Amino acid sequence: MDENTKNEIENEIQSNDVVLYMKGTPVFPQCGFSASTVGVLNHLGIKFSTVNVLENENIRQGIKEYANWPTIPQLYVKGEFVGGCDIIREMYESGELNELISSKGIETN
Amino acid sequence: MAMEASEIEKLIKDSLPDAIVTIEDLRGDGDHYSCHVISKEFEGKTRVKQHQMVYESLQGRMGNELHAMALQTSVPK
Repeated sequence: MDENTKNEIENEIQSNDVVLYMKGTPVFPQCGFSASTVGVLNHLGIKFSTVNVLENENIRQGIKEYANWPTIPQLYVKGEFVGGCDIIREMYESGELNELISSKGIETN
Repeated sequence: MAMEASEIEKLIKDSLPDAIVTIEDLRGDGDHYSCHVISKEFEGKTRVKQHQMVYESLQGRMGNELHAMALQTSVPK
């Protein structure tokens, strides 16, 4: 991963509390796993920003290297990688995701 | 671009010999799997780390040949 891509990722996840790297957008997700993760975040009323990896091949590859995680979507909270689709769903079902969000003082609707 | 369930299981067991691996071919197309891995190696590790250990055992296939695999990890009860 080149330095610019790394800086871009770090800037994104440091300047937004909750960031989802996904395929497509929340309104038009282009992959079932991304769609399901958006659904969980929306359901919990979490405000989040997104990066559509399909628009930037450097970011698409770079983010996998950054988190040592081979798949998209990827969720970051306060600059830290939390997990992909399966982990987010498990954390949602166990209530851990809600706990994490409130313990970090993140606004929900 | 597909992988046999038996190959997935073998790769996981090569790096986590005690693992109990349950794989379901969700669509019967060799490309959409659900996989549950139980191993004592996961003990005390975060979920992210547990999943990374499984992905590492697949040696870069996850996200490439292996397009979609829902993963669940746990320690033996």
